[in-house]
Amino acid sequence: MKSLSFRDKPLLKRLIAPVVLGVVIAFVPFVFQLSPYVLNIFMQAATYSVAVLGMTVVLGYTGQLNLGQAAFFGIGAYAVGLGTVAIGLNFWISLLLGIGVATVAGFILGLTTLRLGGHYLAMITICFQQIFDLVLVNWMSVTRGPDGIPGIARPSIFGYVLADDRAYLLLCMAVLYATIYFVWRLPQTRTGRAMRAVRENELAAEVTGVDTLRVKVTAFTLSATLAGIGGAFYAAGFAYISPDNFNFAHSIEFLTMVLLGGAQSPFGGAIGTSLLILLPEWLRFLKEVYLAAYGLAVILIMVFLPTGIWGLVRSRMDKYKKPVPIDVDSIPAFDLKITGNDPSPILKLDDLKKHFGGVKAVDGITLEITRGTVHALIGPNGSGKTTLLNVLNGIYKTTSGSVVFEGIDITEKKPHERAALGIGRTFQNIRLFPTMSVVENVMVGAQRGNNSIEAGSEALRECALSALKFVGISDKAELIVQNLPYGHQRLVEIARALAGHPKFLLLDEPAAGLNQTEKKELGDLLKRLRGHGLTVFLIEHDIGLIEQISDKITVLNFGKKIAEGDPAYVLRHPDVIAAYLGETSHATA
Amino acid sequence: MNFFVIVFQVLFAGLAIGAIYALVALGFVLIVRATNVVNFAQGDFAMLGGFAMVTFLGTGLPYWLSIILALVVMGIIGVVFNLGVYYPLRHRSFLPVIISTLGASIFLQNTVLYFFGPQPRPMARVFKTQGIEVGGVFMDTQYLIILVVTAVALVFQYFLFERTLLGKKLQAPSQDKDMARLVGIPVASMIAFTFIYSAILGGIAGVLVSPVLFVTIGMGSMIALKAFAAAIIGGFGDVTGAIVGGLLLGVVEIFGANYISVPYKDAFAFLLLFIFLLFRPQGIFGEKISEKA
Repeated sequence: MKSLSFRDKPLLKRLIAPVVLGVVIAFVPFVFQLSPYVLNIFMQAATYSVAVLGMTVVLGYTGQLNLGQAAFFGIGAYAVGLGTVAIGLNFWISLLLGIGVATVAGFILGLTTLRLGGHYLAMITICFQQIFDLVLVNWMSVTRGPDGIPGIARPSIFGYVLADDRAYLLLCMAVLYATIYFVWRLPQTRTGRAMRAVRENELAAEVTGVDTLRVKVTAFTLSATLAGIGGAFYAAGFAYISPDNFNFAHSIEFLTMVLLGGAQSPFGGAIGTSLLILLPEWLRFLKEVYLAAYGLAVILIMVFLPTGIWGLVRSRMDKYKKPVPIDVDSIPAFDLKITGNDPSPILKLDDLKKHFGGVKAVDGITLEITRGTVHALIGPNGSGKTTLLNVLNGIYKTTSGSVVFEGIDITEKKPHERAALGIGRTFQNIRLFPTMSVVENVMVGAQRGNNSIEAGSEALRECALSALKFVGISDKAELIVQNLPYGHQRLVEIARALAGHPKFLLLDEPAAGLNQTEKKELGDLLKRLRGHGLTVFLIEHDIGLIEQISDKITVLNFGKKIAEGDPAYVLRHPDVIAAYLGETSHATA
Repeated sequence: MNFFVIVFQVLFAGLAIGAIYALVALGFVLIVRATNVVNFAQGDFAMLGGFAMVTFLGTGLPYWLSIILALVVMGIIGVVFNLGVYYPLRHRSFLPVIISTLGASIFLQNTVLYFFGPQPRPMARVFKTQGIEVGGVFMDTQYLIILVVTAVALVFQYFLFERTLLGKKLQAPSQDKDMARLVGIPVASMIAFTFIYSAILGGIAGVLVSPVLFVTIGMGSMIALKAFAAAIIGGFGDVTGAIVGGLLLGVVEIFGANYISVPYKDAFAFLLLFIFLLFRPQGIFGEKISEKA
């Protein structure tokens, strides 16, 4: 029997090649006679790489631009420099201190800035970098100013001082390999998957149940921590540090390294770092313009090599990889886990309003949704349907009124908190995580807070595959979602919502853009969902579909409810017909 | 009495420096409004304007002609910038584009460094007279010019964007490129125009501030950071906000340098920014906006 387990090869087998290569590189200095100068370059590459892998996490995985990595690198370095030289602390204690300070600084900076998203982090990290630089240069009594700190000693392990460059380099390589392994495993973990979801579509991630702020702050803090570690080992390696080693130009260097190598893999980060440290040595004739060349390289990489060197290698390698067949029959049937038939309404809206300046998009809606029913929301374009949905799952803040879900007032809750209570959602213009695989997309849905499945990756994957089987596309599980046809992408989005075992599912125009066959399949799927007792609230323009599946219809016009009741009544209601056909209302005349 | 004279003196200088931040911040805001992208090289437009002006003055051309030529050069740089840095990435998300403008910033600074060398260059002032005294407050003529020119540029920009069809067309692409194209707006040329206009605006800031600060390679990045801080403090994307934020920042900075510490002068702006981010992240005039689903 084929298992549902990860990928094609077991972890150990996949590790053989990189481990062999790593050991060979690490022992090169012991086999060949290398000059101290070359050993220094190796040491720089190893310690820089650790900081660059921080960029892999924050930029490559999470899509947030950190332009102050050199400052965090500097915090680690100065902790070791000042700790060992000025205070006389042991290297290892200074190291921990440096990691601690870098981590706390990263956490505070991230928490204040990442609430805002977009361009803010990039600019604020530059500001942080500039302030750090000013402090290093001007706070002479503590930092020793522009002259820097000479005479930083090498650490010792079990009483053995690593004075020999080769022995110390071995320690740096060990730290680097541990970091690479950690960063390489990260994307397959819950947090790593959430990071990638944030990078791909932050809004969809939040609505699917990812605490996007927490994930972004985690990623940024982690990158600061790694920079601190790299900086600490750098300081002890070179014995001398000064503010020049940690200025903005170096932050740009870290950025270029991760972009050139490929931001989405730790191997890319290590390759980019090594290349950019070796290149200036090889291209000595460029010395005067090498920073200009850096700048030009950044633009060229963005235009011609968006996934970096490793991304290019990877895509070539993937061409020769045979797709793993999925044994659809061995996937267990999906259990929606709908329990009980509590007669109280699942959702209550009380005089809900959402105004944008003077525009009253939703203007005093009072509504109850009965558990286990399919409730349709219809109305002409611009009547406030999608706005209402956005208020329901917390994308928009309510102007006034309240939303009560299963007896809990959720009016002030964030979208991911609502997802954790069991509210699922799809979007009118599909919002998936485009470069992730189909099953990974759905796994993000399965890992929402409070989902009643086991926490392990295997359980998440099994749940995701079952949800895909339920919507009928489990054979596509390993494909990259952006390569699927439109109709299948809609189904992936529904599966993503279902994998979270929602008690209440919001669908925004699920039939939009589907052909006749696909529409019929969607109708059957919705009927099956109703058969399982799932409560569905959907916006739809296809009246035929609505008539078939809905128990109740609410009609909106100009942000107000104009009719409500069973399909037969509502669809013949004169006000509804008038609203759709644009005539003046008979009823009020 | 003496105290108030000093306060006014500092306030005047702060407003003048703030006006420069406001000019560069406006350039930011314009490009954000047209493309949804922050241009990291906006400050380098000021640096390039300064170097172009110094070069033309150095050849013995009259001041007014040098200004015109420097601004023409800036216009050309705007065209090249748009074609080389933005256009190839126009269909991608904002991250590659801002990284690309960052690369452009490093490229521009170091190319200029290669040709002009690291030494700061002095630039002649517009008027020979140092300044005039009003009620004990000494007003530097260059600062007066900065304030007047900024005011004129702002009024011009207000009319362009709020009162003309061209202004509306310039703003449409950032809202919805496809829809703008559908209603017949030439999106590519509107964006190109925005880059040219922003480059010239940056150039004006550079030409104005150079006699006060000297022309240096790094002048642009510091101005740009503060301008960005100004744009956030004012309320990102808001034109009035950029102006008020810029003036506020200039005043805070000069007061801080005068009364607290000179070496940390540049840090005050960033501290003010942190305070705003903590307590009022939407800025003075900003409204909280959320992405449309």
